[in-house]
Formats: sequence, C-alpha cells, structure tokens
Amino acid sequence: MSEVTGTTWTVYDANSMTQAEIYGHVLCEIGEERADVVGLTADLAKSTKIGIFGEKFPERFFNVGIAEQNLFGVAAGMALSGLTPFVSTMAAFASMRACEQVRTDICYQNLNCKIIATHGGISFGTAGSTHNAQEDVAIMRSFPNMTVIIPADGIETANAVRACVDWDGPVYIRVGRGFEPTWYDTEAYGFQIGRAVTVSEGTDITLICCGVTVLQAAEAARVLKEEDGLSVRVLNLHTIKPLDEAAVMKAVLETRRIITFEEHNIYGGMGSAVADVIAASGTGCAFEKVGLPDAFSLVGYPEDLYAHYKLDTNGMIEKVREVMGRDFEEDEDWEDEV
Amino acid sequence: MALTDAEIGALQEQAWQLRHDIIDVTVWAGGAHIGGALSMLDILVLLYFNYLNIDADRPEMADRDRVVVSKGHGGVGIAPVLARRGYFDFDTLKSFNQFGSPFGMHLDASKVTGVDTSTGSLGHGLPMAVGLALGARAQKKTWKTYCILGDGECNEGAVWEAAMSASHFGLTNLVTFVDRNGYMIDGATEEVMSLEPFSDKWRAFGFHVLEVDGHDFAALAEAIDVSLSGEKGLCVIIAHTKKGRGIDYMEGNVKWHYGSIDSTLAEKARASVDRMYGKA
Repeated sequence: MSEVTGTTWTVYDANSMTQAEIYGHVLCEIGEERADVVGLTADLAKSTKIGIFGEKFPERFFNVGIAEQNLFGVAAGMALSGLTPFVSTMAAFASMRACEQVRTDICYQNLNCKIIATHGGISFGTAGSTHNAQEDVAIMRSFPNMTVIIPADGIETANAVRACVDWDGPVYIRVGRGFEPTWYDTEAYGFQIGRAVTVSEGTDITLICCGVTVLQAAEAARVLKEEDGLSVRVLNLHTIKPLDEAAVMKAVLETRRIITFEEHNIYGGMGSAVADVIAASGTGCAFEKVGLPDAFSLVGYPEDLYAHYKLDTNGMIEKVREVMGRDFEEDEDWEDEV
Repeated sequence: MALTDAEIGALQEQAWQLRHDIIDVTVWAGGAHIGGALSMLDILVLLYFNYLNIDADRPEMADRDRVVVSKGHGGVGIAPVLARRGYFDFDTLKSFNQFGSPFGMHLDASKVTGVDTSTGSLGHGLPMAVGLALGARAQKKTWKTYCILGDGECNEGAVWEAAMSASHFGLTNLVTFVDRNGYMIDGATEEVMSLEPFSDKWRAFGFHVLEVDGHDFAALAEAIDVSLSGEKGLCVIIAHTKKGRGIDYMEGNVKWHYGSIDSTLAEKARASVDRMYGKA
C-alpha cells in the first residue's frame, strides 16, 4: 500500500490504488474507531475490496455467498440490531438483483446501511451488459430516504466513505471498477455530502459532472481555454441526491449554457435530476445531457467506451463547441416569448 | 419451560379475547387478511404473553427480544396483540386502513409502536431475522430473534437464501416458525406450487425440524424450548395450523385469505369463537 501519513488523516496515493482499494482501507480506519461498523458482501470480497476490512476484522465481516437479496435483508437486520453495516457488491446487483430489498428493507425503514457499489456504469465494460449498471442512479434516487453519491476518484471516495458513516440513513456510493485516473491530490478540499464542488471557474458554459467524467471535464476546460479562449466552469456534482440545487441554478444564471456528463443512461440519472431543477426554475438556458444512450452498452475497455459515448475529453470538447454554437435567448426579457 | 395448566388457561383466555379483537378490527378496517391472522394467532399469543423479554413501556429497549412477522399481511393479527400487550390503546385500532392511519394491512414499524420490522412483501422477513440474530451475536447480546413465516411465502427464493445462511452461521439465537396453514391466495399450497416434502427441504438446509400443532400452546412451548436450548442446533418449528381458526365458516376455506365481514357475519364469527372456547 502506497501512502503518506498527513497530520489529520492518511492521504492515499490514488494513482497507484483503485477507488475500491482506497475504500477498503478507509473502511478499516473507520472500523478501528467504530465498533458498530460491520462489513457484508455476497462473494465479492476481493472484487469490491471490502475483503480488506474482512481480513482486519474477521469477526465483523460476513460473506453470505452469491445471494444478494439475502445480503441486503441481512444488512437491514443488522442495522436494526444497532450496527452500521457497509455492504458491497457490484452496482448492477445492488440496484437490480436486490432492488426491492434495498427499497423495502433498508429505505422504507430508513436504516443506517451504507452501500458501496463497485463496477458502476460501464467501468467493467468488457463484462458486458449483465455486469454494467447504466440504470442504478435512476433506481436509487427514486427511493425515499436514500442518499446517492458518485465520487470523482479514489480521494473523493475516501471522503465520501468517511462522510457517510455519520450521515443519517441509507447511502448509496457508486464507484468504478478501479483503474480510473485521479483528479484530486488531497482530501482537504471541503467535501460535504450534498454540496457540489467547483473544479474550475468559468462564465461561458458549465459542465456538470460526476464520477469519472470530472477529470475529463477538467482537462476539456483547460484545452477549451487554450484553443477556443472559452471560460468553462466544471462542477463536480458528486451527490446526486440530495441535489445541490443552488450550485446548479448559480451555474444556469451565470453561464446560461449547461452540459451534464455522466456514466449512466441519459434517462433518470444526474442529467435528469439537473434538468428537473432547471425546468422547475423557469429559467432558459442551452442544455444538453450527455451520457449513455438508451441502449445496452457496447462491449469494450472503459476508455474506448468513454470515447465512443463522448464522455472523454475529446468528446466533451466536441459537445461544448456544439452547444456554444447553439442559439438561445440570453436576455432576461421573457415578454416576447409568451 | 413446560407450561402449567394455569398458564395455558390464561393463554386460552387471551387468545379468545384476541380472536374477538381480530373480528372487530376486520370490521373496522373494512376487510383484512383474517384467515392467516387467525392461523398464526396462537403463536403470537404464546410469544407475546409468555416468552418475549419485552417492555411495552420501553418499546425501544436495546436488549429486547425481536419478532419478525415475515408474513406481514397478518397485520390485523399482530396489531391487536400489541394493543393487548400494552403498546397502545386498543381503541386506536378503529382507524385501521383509514386515511392517514398508522395502521395499514402491512404494519409499518416506524408508525406502530412495538413492531420491530416493517414487513409485507413476502420473503423479506427471514433475511432480516438472520441479520438481527447475527447482529446480536456480533454484539455479544443474549436477546433472541423470532421469525414467523407463512407457508406460501416459502415459494420465495430469498427464504432459502436466508435459510442457507442461518445454517451456515449456526444461528441458534434464532427461532423460526412456519405457519403451515396450507393455503395461499390462489388456493392450496400443494396445488399452486408444491412445498412438500416441506420438512425435508428444511432438513436439507441444515435445520432441525419440529412439527407441532400450531394451536396447541403446550406443544408450541415445548418446541420453542428445544429451539432455545440449542441442543438440536438450528431449529424450525413447522406449526400445522388452520386458516381462519376459530371461525367455522372460514376454517380451511381459501376464500377467507382476505375478506370483509358485515355485522351479521361478524356475529356468526363471534358465536363460533365462543363455541370453540366453551363460552357459548
């Protein structure tokens, strides 16, 4: 494990550790401090890295075998007994195989279960659609009481996992398969659940991102400034629910052009949540949702898939140029439109 | 601990009262899953009035025994039991099923004092009970978890996922009942989806099977004692019951899985219950 010890916490070298590995180690630290934290998985201790916790705290770690419905039911029971379960399996299985257990056992009873779902989106692209989760955000954010977070990288995963321990109620944290590049180099950037982080300031257009698209957008903003002279704002909207509506509206009012980029079906994910806020505000802006089309993903390595679906830097640059050329009413005078 | 004759007499009295209560609540509610409520009632009476370490004045007491009624549609059976056990006033049940009432046909633990888990969708209770039992063990607590399953519910795969894990983890602090009343909504369990050989299935999953008359307090108590002793390892109590027990025109009649009763039918039901308890 590659790490340096900071004054307040351990700073993980996110370049050499996957999001999931960092999660495993952070959970071990939390386990040291909190006797009520237990870990559960369904035969994915190694793949999800919760096994790192299991090796350190075998008496507080439970592998229920390949039985995801039971996994979440058991987690609900453990939460009811006074424990704080961290449950890890692949995002596809947490959100779909065990959908009703998450909704009825955990969310309905508003239990302190923390779901760390790995292999989100198309990050396990070679596995194909059985193992992809293009739908999980739409599913999870429709459950009352559920908090939904998609960290940008390993550092943010560490922050999100720490923050969710004392966050009341169920939390769904979606991470990738593992080898995504990292954006943050320190954990001290003021991470708060429900509060978007401004990655770069800008006044011409805002790219609202979560998960792997944050880093790509930051790079796109740099290139667009250099090549096009554009001032591009990048918002890391890591918490999809509760949504930071103020940050979204600030971006709408200050830049009037918005593109959302997410590793999820364009229906029902972060982009849809943002669209809801904008539509309800009655404020006009140029708006585009970029994500996975409403079709099952192609097979491939994630980086190739991200490029194909325009979720990489080049795709983003293309989309920004397209939206910048779009005509729309920028003034505040609505009289002529009624 | 074997029940004394006096204890059995008191339990019978309680069960007689509660069968009347269930009839009342079914009338107030405009309809209820009365058949299955009456089939599991004697198990509930025995637990709540004889076995459970609970305190109605401290419903959240950390070390209380837990009950998971996996057949959550039996809400019309559980709610009167909780009322008579002192968790809330019986008259509050007059709002059952009405707009904004805390009481609906499947009880919500966040709204009904004394309910440990919200249930209703079938096949969810045993996994949660396994989690409760594992949670107790992980925290070195001695409280017990009791789970009541319906028989039709055992069609659900999640029941068997949970059974496998209860056995794997050796949860002798869990007492599992199956209310084997033989019927589900669409008909007899053996016609809709065969469960038999039912006890063999549980044995194959690592359970010691205790088959008893689910309306016989002494037999049920003996089975619970065996389960709690741990001597036979993990146990399941298959309680052979009658759907609609106590109401002659409902007993064994699948039509009364869910039903409404008017004042005439309610009177007939009360008379039937009184006859069964020798009070007519």
